[in-house]
Amino acid sequence: MKNPDSRPRRPVSPLVWLVAGLALLVLLNLTKNPAFLRVTWHDGHLFGTPIDILTQGSRTMLLALGMTLVIATGGVDLSVGSVCAITGAVCALTLQHGQSLAVTLAAAIGVGAAAGLANGLLVARLGIQPIVATLILMVAGRGIAQLVTDGQVLIIKHAAFEFLATGFVLGAPFAPLAVGALYLVSHAALRRTAAGLFIEAVGDNETASRFAGLAAARVKVLAYVFCGICAGLTGVLIAANIGAADGNRAGENAELDAIFAVVVGGTALTGGRFTLLGSLLGALLIQTLTTTMYNLGVAPAVAPVPKALVIVGVSLLQSEKFRALVARAWRREGRSGA
Amino acid sequence: MSDEPLLQLRGITKRFLGVTALDGVDFTLRAGEIHALLGENGAGKSTLIKVLTGVHAPDAGTITLTGKRIAPASPKDAEQAGLSTVYQEVNLIPALSVAENIVLGRQPGRFGFVNWLAVRRHARKALARLEIDCDVDAELGSLSVALQQMVAIARALDLRAKLLILDEPTASLDEKEVAELFGIMCRLRADGLGIVFVTHFLDQVYAISDRLTVLRNGQLVGEFPTASLPRLALVGKMLGRDVSDESGRPASASTATKNAAATVLEARGLGRRGAVHPFDLTLRRGEVTGLAGLLGSGRTETARLLFGIDRADTGELYLHAQRAALPSPRNAVRLGLAFCSEDRKREGILPNLSVRENLIIALQAKRGGARSLARAEQEKLCAHYTAALRIKTADAETPIKNLSGGNQQKVLLARWLATQPELIILDEPTRGIDVGARAEIEALIAQLRADGLAVLFISSEIEEIVRTCSRVLVMRERRLAEEVSTADLTPGRLMQAMAGAHEES
Amino acid sequence: MKIIRRNLPLVVTAAIFAALFGAAGVCYDGFFSVRVATSLLADNAFLGIAAIGMTLVIFSGGIDLSIGAVVGFTSIFTATLVSGHGVPPAVAWLLALALGAALGAAMGTLIHVFKLPPFLITLAGMFFARGMAFALNTESVGITHPLYEKLSNFDFALGERVHLPAAALLFFGVVLIGYLIAHHLRFGRTLLAIGGNEQSALLMGLPVGAAKIGVYALNGFLAALAGIVATLYTGSGNPVMGVGLELDAIAIVVIGGTLLTGGRGHLLGTLLGVLIFGTIQSAILFDGRLSSWWMRILVGALLLSFILLQRWLVRGLARRG
Repeated sequence: MKNPDSRPRRPVSPLVWLVAGLALLVLLNLTKNPAFLRVTWHDGHLFGTPIDILTQGSRTMLLALGMTLVIATGGVDLSVGSVCAITGAVCALTLQHGQSLAVTLAAAIGVGAAAGLANGLLVARLGIQPIVATLILMVAGRGIAQLVTDGQVLIIKHAAFEFLATGFVLGAPFAPLAVGALYLVSHAALRRTAAGLFIEAVGDNETASRFAGLAAARVKVLAYVFCGICAGLTGVLIAANIGAADGNRAGENAELDAIFAVVVGGTALTGGRFTLLGSLLGALLIQTLTTTMYNLGVAPAVAPVPKALVIVGVSLLQSEKFRALVARAWRREGRSGA
Repeated sequence: MSDEPLLQLRGITKRFLGVTALDGVDFTLRAGEIHALLGENGAGKSTLIKVLTGVHAPDAGTITLTGKRIAPASPKDAEQAGLSTVYQEVNLIPALSVAENIVLGRQPGRFGFVNWLAVRRHARKALARLEIDCDVDAELGSLSVALQQMVAIARALDLRAKLLILDEPTASLDEKEVAELFGIMCRLRADGLGIVFVTHFLDQVYAISDRLTVLRNGQLVGEFPTASLPRLALVGKMLGRDVSDESGRPASASTATKNAAATVLEARGLGRRGAVHPFDLTLRRGEVTGLAGLLGSGRTETARLLFGIDRADTGELYLHAQRAALPSPRNAVRLGLAFCSEDRKREGILPNLSVRENLIIALQAKRGGARSLARAEQEKLCAHYTAALRIKTADAETPIKNLSGGNQQKVLLARWLATQPELIILDEPTRGIDVGARAEIEALIAQLRADGLAVLFISSEIEEIVRTCSRVLVMRERRLAEEVSTADLTPGRLMQAMAGAHEES
Repeated sequence: MKIIRRNLPLVVTAAIFAALFGAAGVCYDGFFSVRVATSLLADNAFLGIAAIGMTLVIFSGGIDLSIGAVVGFTSIFTATLVSGHGVPPAVAWLLALALGAALGAAMGTLIHVFKLPPFLITLAGMFFARGMAFALNTESVGITHPLYEKLSNFDFALGERVHLPAAALLFFGVVLIGYLIAHHLRFGRTLLAIGGNEQSALLMGLPVGAAKIGVYALNGFLAALAGIVATLYTGSGNPVMGVGLELDAIAIVVIGGTLLTGGRGHLLGTLLGVLIFGTIQSAILFDGRLSSWWMRILVGALLLSFILLQRWLVRGLARRG
């Protein structure tokens, strides 16, 4: 019998687990509803549950993209939900003042980048723990959002703006397409340049990276800025989706879903190696889970329970201690069987 | 001083994954004695102490304390048996008060409650015993390191300790503080306590210890009364060389120095308080300059100043005769410097990244992040260095943590060579790697010299330094003490310099 | 002088509270009244109880995001048992407290034994508790029971016109017990030592594992207690109760001068933190022109200034050492 841990085996890609999890959920749904995967053409665009999942999941996917980079540097950004609320409010305001869509989007991106910059400077320059540093904006941000909207839910009537979340391009939903495009652009930007490598290096061993000549602090700040921009754009999608800016509720718990997507997607909270595609699939998994609960007749509000179990399971799989424990149990089993 | 041994270790052996860290070591401590434990890196001092304090269980051998066999299973166990330890890094809680640090874990009081009055009284008594004057309510972190160290001793003694182990207690103390500590040690000796004193500072060994035990490569070299062992002989024992060793150096090394060679880097009066006294240093093309000295003599601190990791608070640095500021390693890399740290794990490797990524990271950082090196170029570099340095790895995509220490070191060397530096600082590049890889790294250094690089080579191994360097700068007690030129470069001469020549010859 | 310097964060917090309360009293007629003071306590009792538990967890260098969800779960659990199944309130409370402590102990075990990040595990705990709350009932459930009536009408007369409601009394009790735990029990000192340096605490022979698991269990217990107080306060159970409560609790702990990275702080600081929080809330109510969202912005600003102050204090210490 071969000793199972005599030689470090190449770990199974986390993407395999994700796809398996998704497949399992789809199968579960198919037993309840054989038409689960059916996509039809209706009113000049695609129609069906998978399309809904993609459209609804696009917001978490977008947030998860930015969160991935922050987590890869060994940090975390709790403020993204509040940033969503602020940008939504800012968008409503600029549109009410008759500004163009381009100006509105630029404002959203600017607000997101500024929020990310503030977080990044606190973390990288002042050396404040990421959880602590981003908690400040998480708490204050929602107040700022309500300050902008004056505490009201601002109705947005702007066809082009709403199109961002609910429109279709050649029959396909725009939001997931846009997020997909952003993914491709970020992926290319991270891997064509050395940015992706630098982020992984800083997250893996910050001291060693600095000694190798990396500007570790700058890498971290930029990761937070990117995360802020993603949060800003997510705020746009949220506001466009409901046609209103709600400073109080917009993006509620969004940071938790994004962190969940990233961790389940295979990027460890300790930083280092990251996979953007894994985070996208993780976000998709959350959305499918929520839809599944709905299909099974369970109140969608109960969906957090399986989420919790998935988090604990994934964390245990990543824990060295747990793996050692399982390996030992496995070996004992093998010996007694032989 | 009584002759009845307080502590007796016989035939202590400890192996880690096939590596023998301690090989049948004996150690004897008498009551009322300060006993210095000496040895260079890898000698087995820290393993021996960990066996004593119950962190590691020995694979063989016995520990006898006041005539009774003991086998401590944990630090707490050892403490209860009367063996207390004070570590170099003060292992107390800085945010709590002095009094609380002294009693934590055994606070007086009933039903889980802490009786604060009794705590203070107790702490005052413990400090008074050592004649330490300090406010027991002060936050520990607000005291000087020396005082913290003494509080740690007070805590250790509080356990009715029979025996106190001081593991490099003086590493971060200044002279006055060392004197205070020695005062306390003498008082405890007079009280009949046995003290094991681990240190790298030979002056201190001669100033305070009664006896000393030298370890080398996990084996006992011998136990000597301090007064009867001359300093030079002691260094010889620590390094495993005969003092009169004039054994040769390969001819190649001695011919290389050309005084006309261009200066790459020059330091004038560079220094940093608490780390290195100001020093002058010139490094030239095509020259391997050795930086020798016992552990703790300030070699690594010097390298860190040159590479911009720590800021110098005095002096100037010139690169190619141009005044240069090195506020960070990043600037140093851009200016053509390279630094291979001695702490491979913490300051060198990116453990989960691949060999390829570890290899190209410095070059990529030097070129800036805007454009990634072409994959083909990365692979060419990997193939080149894997072959040139004979790096043994399954492939370039293996995470570097899966490689052996020697191969990791070679990847790190390749990382720096890929940046085509003008000056490379190698801090103990052969530590913890096997003999074959060691020879290869030495050959590589010779090659670098031939290629016209300036090399600053830091090592604890005298033979290695003599074999590879054109000239050697010797550090003592955080000071650049002496330069040994090519003509005089013999192990004996070097040891003399490391030991402090004033005492000998 | 020494005492002031040693407890600088606590002194700063007390000064801020005095200044805020004084300013509110000067600006708004009738702010200096017994009614305002007692309602300040009663309105924030359950938040305060939860914040005490959070303080102890943060002392140990951990964090617990699940408490808001545990409050929600406990409230709907109690309401369902009492109103739906006719269980006597006392039995329902005991069950709820036991469940809260059990969830905390489970999370603490995962965190300590498998060395998992507290942030992630308690995030899972939050999802779990919130989801279970909704699984019990998605709607608010009113509680009608004689004991509830009695308790919510109960108040303790301190003087002729000074009455303390039951919730406020309970809060004071928890503060007192928390103070004893943190500053006079070995358990509390061990927590601070772990938060200061876990490795050293281990070398000093302290029971690190038991203390870490214990503090999460205690925190779960206190969160459940907060949930019970919330049912007394509102006379109902609601699965959405306590959403975002963990953030307010963390903010209060930090404003109270406790270092969020652990190992340093004073439990009475948290009491002051609750009072500051309540004062801002009451002042905003009194003002009428200031909108409620200024609350969050002010709390955020206080958080930022306290974190920067702590940074500065810790750096100062490091330089001296």
